[in-house]
Formats: sequence, structure tokens, C-alpha cells
Amino acid sequence: MEFVELIKTSRVDNVTLHTHIGKPVEVSLCVSSHHLILSARKEGVEELWILHQNIDAVERKPNGMVGGTIVVKCKDFRIIQLDLNSGYEKFVNVANSLEWLSTLDNMTLLYPFFYRPVYNMLEDGWSAFKTESEFSKLLVPGSNEEWRISYVNKNFTICRSYPSAVVVPKNIDDETLIAASKFRHGGRFPVLSYKHEGGSVLLRASQPLAGPGVKRCKEDEKLVNSVLGPGKKGYIVDTRSQSLAQSAKARGGGVEPEAHYPLWKRVQRPIDRQAVYLDSLSKLVDACNDVSCSIDKWMSRLESSSWLSHVKDSLNCACVVAQCIDQEGASVLLHGSEGLDSTLLVTSLCQIILNPDCRTVRGLEALVEREWLQAGHPFSLRHKKSCYSVGGSSVVPGGNKSGVIKGQQACTFLLFLDCVFQIHCQFPCSFEFNTHLLILLFEHSYSSQFGTFLGNCEADRERLELSKKTVSLWSHLNRPEVLPSLMNPMYEPNSKVIWPSVAPMSLILWRELFLRYSSALADGVSTRLKAASENTIHLNVKDKELRSKAAKLRRQLMELEKEAIEIGVLESPTSALLAESADATTGGTEEVAKNNSYP
Amino acid sequence: MLDRFNVKKSFVGVLYLTATHLIFVDPESKKETWILHMHILSAEKMPLTTMGSPLQIRCKTFLSVTFVLPKERDCQEIYTTLQQLSKPVQLEDLYCFDYTASTEEVQKHVGWNFFDLQAEFQRMRVPNDAWSLTLLNKDYELCDTYPRYLFVPAAASTTVLMGSSSFRSKGRLPVLSYLHTNKAAICRCSQPLSGFSARCMEDEQMLNCILKANPNSKFMYVVDTRPKINAMANRAAGKGYENENFYENIKFQFIGIENIHIMRNSLQKLLEACEQKGPTMNNFLSAIEASGWLRHIKAVLDTSNVIVQAVQEGVSVVVHCSDGWDRTAQVCSLASLFLDPFHRTLQGFQALIEREWLAFGHKFVDRCGFLAGDQKEVSPIFTQFLECVWQLTNQYPCTFQFNERFLLALHDHVQSCQFGTFIGNCEKDRLDLRLHERTYSLWGYIANHMNEYMNPLYAAEENTDVLVPNLAPQNIRFWRGMYCRFESGVHPREVMSDMLLALCDHSSSLEDHIRLLTKRIDSLKSKIDSKKKSGETKVEEKIEDCVDNKTSYDKEISEQDEDVFKDEKVNSLVTVEQLASELKSVAVEWKTLRNVRECNCSTPFDHFSRKCHCWRCGEVFCTRCIDKHTALPGHDSQRAVPVCRMCYKELRRTFSIDSA
Repeated sequence: MEFVELIKTSRVDNVTLHTHIGKPVEVSLCVSSHHLILSARKEGVEELWILHQNIDAVERKPNGMVGGTIVVKCKDFRIIQLDLNSGYEKFVNVANSLEWLSTLDNMTLLYPFFYRPVYNMLEDGWSAFKTESEFSKLLVPGSNEEWRISYVNKNFTICRSYPSAVVVPKNIDDETLIAASKFRHGGRFPVLSYKHEGGSVLLRASQPLAGPGVKRCKEDEKLVNSVLGPGKKGYIVDTRSQSLAQSAKARGGGVEPEAHYPLWKRVQRPIDRQAVYLDSLSKLVDACNDVSCSIDKWMSRLESSSWLSHVKDSLNCACVVAQCIDQEGASVLLHGSEGLDSTLLVTSLCQIILNPDCRTVRGLEALVEREWLQAGHPFSLRHKKSCYSVGGSSVVPGGNKSGVIKGQQACTFLLFLDCVFQIHCQFPCSFEFNTHLLILLFEHSYSSQFGTFLGNCEADRERLELSKKTVSLWSHLNRPEVLPSLMNPMYEPNSKVIWPSVAPMSLILWRELFLRYSSALADGVSTRLKAASENTIHLNVKDKELRSKAAKLRRQLMELEKEAIEIGVLESPTSALLAESADATTGGTEEVAKNNSYP
Repeated sequence: MLDRFNVKKSFVGVLYLTATHLIFVDPESKKETWILHMHILSAEKMPLTTMGSPLQIRCKTFLSVTFVLPKERDCQEIYTTLQQLSKPVQLEDLYCFDYTASTEEVQKHVGWNFFDLQAEFQRMRVPNDAWSLTLLNKDYELCDTYPRYLFVPAAASTTVLMGSSSFRSKGRLPVLSYLHTNKAAICRCSQPLSGFSARCMEDEQMLNCILKANPNSKFMYVVDTRPKINAMANRAAGKGYENENFYENIKFQFIGIENIHIMRNSLQKLLEACEQKGPTMNNFLSAIEASGWLRHIKAVLDTSNVIVQAVQEGVSVVVHCSDGWDRTAQVCSLASLFLDPFHRTLQGFQALIEREWLAFGHKFVDRCGFLAGDQKEVSPIFTQFLECVWQLTNQYPCTFQFNERFLLALHDHVQSCQFGTFIGNCEKDRLDLRLHERTYSLWGYIANHMNEYMNPLYAAEENTDVLVPNLAPQNIRFWRGMYCRFESGVHPREVMSDMLLALCDHSSSLEDHIRLLTKRIDSLKSKIDSKKKSGETKVEEKIEDCVDNKTSYDKEISEQDEDVFKDEKVNSLVTVEQLASELKSVAVEWKTLRNVRECNCSTPFDHFSRKCHCWRCGEVFCTRCIDKHTALPGHDSQRAVPVCRMCYKELRRTFSIDSA
């Protein structure tokens, strides 16, 4: 298939563009193979480039022979309206092109396969977070004996959604893993997700295929039990409700029969299924876009979207799991049904809470890589469509829905980012990154010039040869030109576990994300907020400079003092005082040394 | 007395009752809870339980606690005592008349003369051609709830003023509230006594004078901040609103801010929403919505915005509600805040409160329920004003010189009656009570704690324009910091603003220190240089006698130095001891505020207790432990800065050694 076939009209002039701010402007519209480009063709006026992949819904309102109006709704919540008046044919052509190009099924036609960066890559993001290197970081030295990397899945035959390398208990051989995989939905046998400093671990899996007759699998039991130390007990946390778990039994799924896992206590921590998230998001975004409604209406729409309830439930579940691990020192096996959504949501949040490493830029990248990409969250499937075209009130008239399987679209990853945002708000100094990084991750997970979020699992990514043919997002983010813009000026490393509050009044709407393209942040509100964060950076930089300057001057003064004493300009002090003054200087320099790790 | 404190988590401790406070001490965590009697909104005895007799106390600061007392008789006694102490019958029994600032280094008179209405209007270039001062109300004869000095259109004659006053409810005639640079004015008054058809020539002339005082507009707005139906109802009582047919060239507008009773109930519901036990997200949101509180806040902000837009277009506005001391005070003060950058500074904000709230007679005694009496008069009007300001600070993080803590402190001190500033319902009351002689002023206290209330992000150069906030419903937020203040655990664990404030203090300490270091280095350098010069000639001659000569060298050098640094005579004469003590007295590194759970005095910190750094040792203390201010030898400016008690003692000791 050639792009030419899909682009019948590549350029239309005199198009009126309406955005969320300012007055409508006259622009030229171009449809390229990967972008919709809107340009006012004037000096100093920025062009608007929208990736086709970012387009969620295209709505058309024909206006006789004159043309018509196209409303383009994007996955990053942007909505633009284009009035075309150069004839009906052009209008139809453009609308068709946008629909076709935004729903391409062939992944190799997507922009990441065509994008070539103009800068040199210092580090290849594709190999930055390999299981092997992460494995050694994940495990405290000395405990390596208990765990090993298994390549049992190297051809992706045991479990299609797992990566080729997984971390499992050392004393479990590959045969046992293979047997256990047959007992788990989609072959997702229990693997190590995180090991806490106390020694307790977090495992994740999918639901056991126990079925209504309470089948058992000795190998699975052996695998699960082997992680418990002598005399230790563990928790199996199920993210489904009791009824959902019960009904899963009828379909061959279900729960671990208690009789066969005697050391494990079952806990139900229901969070809603991923299928409802998108509906919820859709309602939320619609409410955010409507700035003219009354405040009561806004509040009730915010409430009925239930988005913040999902945030609260997810955080709550993560806190419970983290509590088991940190405070009771117990190990936890976590699963829902497929182990691709809520399971990953909770395991990754848990690590944000427990592991200070995950609160750094690289740590967050590694976490996303480990717990989302390698763990097989089906990004291409989940992010194929977003809130404007699936669920909610907006129905796409005549939209091309090929490849969209109902119930497979979700925004679990966005929910994860929102939860991280909430923790960030409560611990604004414990994160090395700022919340802008979270927004970037959100954007790139839906549409990007980078290949990182393409495909549904590692098997897909190997088949597509992404690491050869596309650039990794991590390569981009870790460049010295980009990295500083992601840094939190108030960061002070915090080695402790951070417990977020999940009280309703503690959770807030992520305005910077959800109101980004709503006029609520217009009138310079966002500019002023940016200015505030720049001020913060400025204050920090200034303080740092002053600190090093003071230390430098102190040293200089002491040297001069010594010199002065030597040549007799100053009276030489008594020995006691000399020691004291030496203390003062070394104290200063020591503190400066400490300061290097204290930005 | 063994008690349980708070239902969610209970503590056992001892309850003390003093003349001014109810104090609960939990011996285990050493946590002390001080409840000022004046802060108590209500004390309620709950039905007896197996644990004992519960006593629920709600405070005006939105603290709500339940004590369970083992003996019912004790409970009853405390209950009756609190009832009496929290609601004195006479103004003279209020806390401010007994309060003496023991720890504060403030004199009683400080603050009372900070703000002066005439000076405030002078700032707006009033009096001028169009507006003049009238002394008709010198003895509060024209209107006893207005200030003594009133500013009115120069063209308005005494007859007009008197006539207009008599046609307005409580005599509150239209007077100038704010004059913008474009000559558009905001005037405030109460409703006219128009009934169904009454009219008053003088009042009509009065409004015409106000219109004429602004040469740039052919018409002006009269804004009635009430809902239309309320205004209509008032007509039956002989009051009402201006008839557009009688007044020339006015555009009349109803806005619809609800009355004090609706506001009081709304706050009640809002607090209930906050107090739900283990609410779900949806319970909480729908309870907030049902309270209507945010709707009222938005209404006040919207109204202010309408007025501001009119003024910006060069049109004068006359604002009133019923009596013109609640809604009118809210919107007039907010409009000034929008228009005038001065009012967004710490000083200016206090001046604004002095003008629009205190001088123009917002009934603080009645609205805050200082005294036992009609609880129907109580209403959170001033709280709403503070919240509106807070909403604005969310959108303008660098434009306000003060921070959230300042707004909270204001709120609490208005309620506490510790200072005389907010006692009385109007200026006349305050004069009659001789408050400025008998009580402390809050402004004096605030002036002494300025650094706590600064917004570290404030950028004066950005604070120049008229505010144009975006009042979309999405931008009106629930103020957790105010209404859930004492729900420990729901707030951010790391408070950005406090961290930034500490950072700014730290920077300023270092800057000061660096100035001194630079001076010392310069002086030492020049000494060494001159020594080397003179040394080249002399040292060769008498190496052995070096020691003997030293004193003379020093003399010579210090003489030379005196020439070079004439203004730094003292600085150039440094000794090693002095240098050492200078270096020791300034902490380059300050301890991080994070994970500091308690002060040295083992008082635990909670969300709203301010953590302070000692500028000498860099350790973190609670405000009670860091009450000393002194100059540090390591600072160039020699200004007094906060230090902890230990460091204070040590500094005193070295000073005494030095002087000895």
C-alpha cells in the first residue's frame, strides 16, 4: 500500500482553524504521510503538526458544495476544528485521508519507522534497560543465589506476552516453569517483579486456570511456595472483586485453591477492570472541555466520571500491597485475570512507593520498561483508540473502526501516570523528575516518533525489529539537551518508603494534563504557572551557587589567614583556637562534598 | 483526666483547662493540642458511651475534636465552663483585653498607626478635582458605621450628602471605595429606601455627581450584588433598589450572591463533607457539590470580575447589597485587589482590609460570633473573601507577596480576639473601646513575623497588571489547607512553599556571609601585600628581631588599612579568633526539612507547624524554640536573624568574652 493512494488531496488553502485559545485563524492545510500540518505561513507563527497516529476521531459536518467542517480529536485531548471551503471533494478527500491514516493497521508504516534523528545518540535506549543489567540492580548483592534469569521463554512459545528473559527462583528449573505456565492464563506464570530491601518479594502472574472443578498444579504450587523463607507467610492479592473472580471460574479461570497454598493468605482488593477506564476518561475529558457549564454541573460530571475513584482505588491497592511487603515483611503474589493491566498498575505503583530508585528519571524509565513494556502491557492494542472514539457520548459517524476490538482499548497506563502524579504532589521533593516527564510519557505512549511503545509485547517488538529500525524514546530523553528539562529543582534524594494519602481530599485533578487543551488554562494561566516553576528553578540554582561560593571563599580566607600568620601579619592563635578554626573550614568543605549529592 | 482524642485514632492524655486555653497533652507522643477558648465554635455533649462521656468541640479554625471523659460530672463541668468562656457576654471580656505579649518583642502601640485612611486615599491621588474629603461624618453623625473621613464627589453639596444618606439603609450613602488611574471609580453604599415607588432627589443627584466625577464615561453601572428576588422582597419593607427611570444614565444590574444565612449553611455542609467517616471519592465530591460552597465562591469572584471589567473600560460602578457591609465589602475589596498591584503586597493587603472591611464597618463581632448572642448573625463572609484571594493565588503564583500561611493566620487571628484589630463592628466602636490603647494590633505582630508570610516566588516586576483570572469552573478548587487543616495525613508530606521559604532564607544568609568573607579576604590580601612590600626592605635587615617588631608592623599596617578602608575601620582589624568565630556563626548547610518529625524540645511537627532553621547551626526547630533573634558575627549586615536558644547562649558568651 502506498501513501499516495490514501492522500488524494494533499493541500488545501484558506482553511479556518479553531483551537481552544484565541480567535480562529486562516491556515493552509497539508496532509503528509505521517502528519497533518496546519500552517499560517507567516513569520513567527508556529505551525501545528499533528501525527496521524495521535488522531483519535475525525468528525465531519459537510456543508453542501462549499466544503464542510472537520473536527479532529486527538489522543492527547487536543480538539481542533477545521472549516474547509474549497469544495466538497477536497473536504471529503482530507477527511478520508485523516481517517485512513490514523487507523493504519500495518505498524511498519508508522512514523517511527521513518523518523531519523538529526542528533547523535550517546546511548542506545533499546539496550539501556536489559533484564540482565536490571536484574543485578533489582537484587541486593548477596541474595543472587536465590534468583536466576531464565530463558525458558526465549522463543516466546511458553508465554507470548512475556519477555525472553524472566527472573524466577533459583531452585525452580525450566521444566517446572513450563508446567506452571500451563496453569496460568496466557501462560503468565509467577515471576519476580520487585525485591524489597527486607527480603520480601513481589511476584506477579495471571489468574490460575483452576476452573470450577478446582484443578491444581503441583509445579505452580512449588514455584509459588519456593519464594517463601522458612516460617514465612505470604499474601495472594487479587485485584478482582469476589464476584468477578467467582464468575471467572466458570470460564476456566479463577483463584488459587486455598487448600493447596496453605502458606498464602488470599486478599481481595478490587479495582475496576480496564474496560471501564476509557469510559471514565471520556466523561472526564468531556467535562474538562466544557468550561461554560456551572460549577455544580462540573462537580457532578467530575464525580460521575469516577476517574478520581479509579485513582483512589489503584493507589489504595498499591498501598496495601506495599504495606504487606514493607511493614509485615511478607511476600505478595499479585494477579487479576490476565495480568496485563491492573496487575501491572499495582506492581509498578508499589515500586514507586517502596523503591527510591524508581523516583529518579532513569529509575522511572526502567520501571516503565520492566513493568509495562517487557511485562507485556499491550500498548498498541490499548492505545489504538482513546477517549474520543471509544466509550462515552461521542459516537464516530461512519468512522473506520477496523482493528478496533471492543473492550481492548484502555488507558491503564495513563491511570498509572496519574497515580504517580498524585504521589508526586504529596512528595514534591522526593522525585528527581518533574511532572512534565509524566505528560511526555503519556503523549509518547499514544503517538510518537519513537518506537518504544509500538507493539504489544517483546515478541512483537522483536518481530518488527524495532531496535534496529526505530529510535528508542529513552535515547531521546536521556540526552543531555533534554534531561535538564525533566529535572525537579526541589529534588532531595529520599531513601525512605513514601506513603501517599488516599483520602478523597488529598487527590486532585491533574490540571496540567486534563485541562491542557481546555480554555480553563488559557488567559495566561499556564504561562504564569510555568513562570512560577522557572522561579523555583532560579531560586535553587542561586542557592547552590551561593553555597559553593561561600565554601570557596571560606577556603580562600583560611589560606590567606595561614599565609598572614606565616609572614606575621596576623597574630598566631593559641593552639586550641587553631584547631577550632580548622574545624570550621574542614566542616565547610566536608559539607560541600556532601553537597554534590544534594542538588 | 483520661481522654480519647479524635475518633479515627484515639489518644489517651490529660486535659487541662486554663483561663484562656483548653489544653490536651498526650504524654506518649508529647503532642500538645491548644485550643483557645475564643476559637471554640460549639461544644456539644454527646450521648453517654461505655467509655465515658463524650464532649465534641468544634472550632472556628475548623478543628473538630471529641474528648471522652471518664466521669460524666467532669464532662458537664467542662461543658458549662467552656460555654461561658468561649462566648463572653461583654466585649470587655474578650481575650485581647487580657492578652499581654510576653515572648514577643513588640510594644502595645505598634501597628495601630500603620494604616491611615487618609493616607490610603492619598495613594489613589484623592482628594483631587473630582473627589474631596467631607468632614460631615467627623462625629459619626451622618452614618455611625462609616469611617470618620469620607471621600465623595467634589460636586456633591452638603444637602445632597445628607439627603442621600437619609435615603439609604443605615445612612450608608454612596462614597468612594477605589479610584482607578483612568478616573473610573468604585463607590459603595447600602440599598436605597425606595420601597415600591419612593424617590429622593438628593440621592439621584448624588449618583449623578458620581457619574460626572468620571469625565470618560457617559453612563455608569449600579451593581446590586443580591439575587433579584431578595431585592424585590426588600421593597415590601420599604427598601429595595434603584429605579432606572429615576436615575439618569445608569445601568442597573443584579448579580446574585446569596445572603449570609445561605452562606452559613453552605459552610456547615462543606464541613460535614470534610468530616465524613471514610468517604469514597464520589461521596466526597457530591457532598462538596451539594454544599454549594464553591458556587458561592465563584459568584463572588465573578461579580468582582464584572466590576473590574467595567472599571477597566472606564466606567464607574456603584456597588451595594442590603446594608453594604457583607457582599459589598467582599466584591469591593476583591475588585481593588484585581485592579491595584499594591494591594497584592503584604502591606497593601493589610491596607485593603483596613479600608474595605474595618473602616467601612464589616460587623466582625456579629459575623464571627465573638459574643454570646444571635447566632443567626454569624456568617463566614470574611472567610469567603480570604478563600477568593487564595483561589487567585492559585492562578497567579508569582503575583502575591504573601503566602497561604498568611491567609490562614489572618483567618485565625480574626477569630481569636487575641488582637484588638478586629474587635468592634465599626470604626466608632473601636474608638469607643479605646482599643489602640488597651490591646495589641495584629499588624504589629505580623510586621514582626514578616518572613513567615512571604511568598518565595513573588516577583515584584510581574505584579503590575490588572488581574484577569480565568474563572472557569475547573479552576475553582476546594481549599484543603483551610477546611481540612487539622486532618493530619491528607496534606502533602513535603510542603513546597516551606521548603522554598527556607531556601530563600538560606540564600539570604549566605549572601550576607559572602559579603563579609569578601571583605575579609580583601583586607587580608592588602595586608599581606603591604607586609610583603615593607617586608622586602625590613625583613632582610632584622630577621631575628621579627617577633619584637611585630607589634609595630601591625600598627603600620593597620594605619595603612585605615587609609584604604576608611569606612571599614573595624573590619580591617581582624584577629584569628574573630575570624574563627565569624566562620562558625554561619551555617553553610542547613538541615533538610524532610523527615524532621520533632523539634529538639520533642514537640512533634505536624503539617501546619512551621519548621524553622537556626541561622547559626542550621538545625531545625519549632517556632517556640526559635524565638531569639540576634546578629551573627559572620554576617556583614549585622541584622538580627533567628537563632536557636543554644546558639543564642553561645553567642552571648562569646560577646561577653570579647567585650571583657
